[in-house]
Amino acid sequence: MVSININGVDKSYGQVKAVQQASFEVPGNCLFGLIGPDGAGKTTLFRMITTLLIPDQGNISVFGFDTVRDYRKIRLFTGYMPGRFSLYPDLTVGENISFYATIFGTTVKKNYHLIKPVYSLLEPFRDRLASNLSGGMKQKLALCCALIHNPKLLVLDEPTTGVDAVSRKEFWETLHQLKDSGMTILVSTPYMDEAARCDRIALMQAGRIMDQDTPGEILSKFRVPLFEIRANDRLGTLEILRSIPEIKRAYLFGQYIHIATDSERHGAEWLKTQLSNRGIANVKITPVVADFEDCFIDAVENYTTHRT
Amino acid sequence: MNQRKTIISVNNLVKKFGGFVANDNLTFDVHEGEIFGFLGANGAGKTTAIRILCGLSYPTSGKILVSGFDVYTQREEIKRNIGYMSQKFSLYEDLNIRENIRFYGGIYGMSSSAIRRKTDELIEELDLSDIAGTLIRDIPLGWRQKVAFSVAVFHEPKIVFLDEPTGGVDPLTRRQFWEHIYRAAARGITVFITTHYMDEAEYCERVSIMAEGRIEALDSPENLKNNYGVKTMDEVFLKIARK
Repeated sequence: MVSININGVDKSYGQVKAVQQASFEVPGNCLFGLIGPDGAGKTTLFRMITTLLIPDQGNISVFGFDTVRDYRKIRLFTGYMPGRFSLYPDLTVGENISFYATIFGTTVKKNYHLIKPVYSLLEPFRDRLASNLSGGMKQKLALCCALIHNPKLLVLDEPTTGVDAVSRKEFWETLHQLKDSGMTILVSTPYMDEAARCDRIALMQAGRIMDQDTPGEILSKFRVPLFEIRANDRLGTLEILRSIPEIKRAYLFGQYIHIATDSERHGAEWLKTQLSNRGIANVKITPVVADFEDCFIDAVENYTTHRT
Repeated sequence: MNQRKTIISVNNLVKKFGGFVANDNLTFDVHEGEIFGFLGANGAGKTTAIRILCGLSYPTSGKILVSGFDVYTQREEIKRNIGYMSQKFSLYEDLNIRENIRFYGGIYGMSSSAIRRKTDELIEELDLSDIAGTLIRDIPLGWRQKVAFSVAVFHEPKIVFLDEPTGGVDPLTRRQFWEHIYRAAARGITVFITTHYMDEAEYCERVSIMAEGRIEALDSPENLKNNYGVKTMDEVFLKIARK
């Protein structure tokens, strides 16, 4: 079953092409991650999916409903947590949740089981104004408000931005529990490593969907040989590495230099020779496994090359 | 490497807000030219400590010297010797690149001629000649962060504080950003950085991890990983910060 179908969608703000020719499908009961930096177009795409913006071109259907024609129906079963805190600051925690329950024609009591794991942490602050909550607490309240009407689709715009690694891990665990209860969850993040926590991901940059697949497939598609080099003079060695045409990328990584070569013929032995020919001995070269950042950078490069 | 000068010296730093202890007896040193990672969960007390080190707030007790200056009595001297950049705010959106640089140079008391000369050098170095007159709000985030960092070290401070400087930028820009950091450190500028990207913790020479107002661990990433018997800094962080 497909829950969301995005078909050739464009959206511009004046001269700025925020989303260009976006097409992909989100399976039902899936935790789907939209991965990309600030300005990639993630929020614009989410606002179109949640019926808050109308595409300039293309169409989107959510559980079979068209986001333009059937927007009222979609809104009933969608929970949306925007990136910017947008609850009522002058209502208390309890009042905000009740308010959201009421506008969706339900009660806090009826769906309490859904929000319980998150809300139990907020309950001591029930009577506190939303404006006086810490960042982490605001985020939890926003999630409760997005969940209170038991949505089929939950859309979360950068819920973990600026959140520490521990709270982020806990947040992802909560999302998996919600997914297991049958929800489809669409989440965006600029943290590349969070791709691993999704069932499927799409990589987005500059308005374009560059690739989409399972996280495992994205990693296994990466074919560029990567190495870690330990040298005494890091900055000097970096300059030399960059002057070698067969080396695609070289950058500093802590005490090491990470490099990508252009083909499997150019491996560790080849590198060692290249460096010693240029007067650099005493280096330690180890192959490394690509992470999602490497894949993202590669996806940007491939996308650009194939287009131009 | 073993006999490096101490540039930040913190002894028994305590900061209380009423009955709440935000910094509970912190003691640590930062070396000159070091890239020092200052990590911890939200609410662990990082921002409180950074504000004290920047001369923006007084500690409740403790002896703290920043670049040799006392945080109780020499706050103006401290401010002149540090640079600061945060993810949230660092440049004026309605000024262009050149104006932002000039503005910060002026604030730090540089002479007009020095500002003019260094501005040209910087714009050349960052390869921004074509857009030097463009308003900050009209340039991509990645470039803004580069300009923001360069502005923070424009007056050649002894220490630069970076508060989540790379949040939200794409991976390639993030790597380029770190190269600027390494180059600044190689010139002798001490880099004091907070981040939520655990892989960036590996980029630092030493890392401290705070939990509930205390420093629970302080060592090189390699030693931390060995001591906790794990492969990544992410795992180290989860072991320490989850209580």
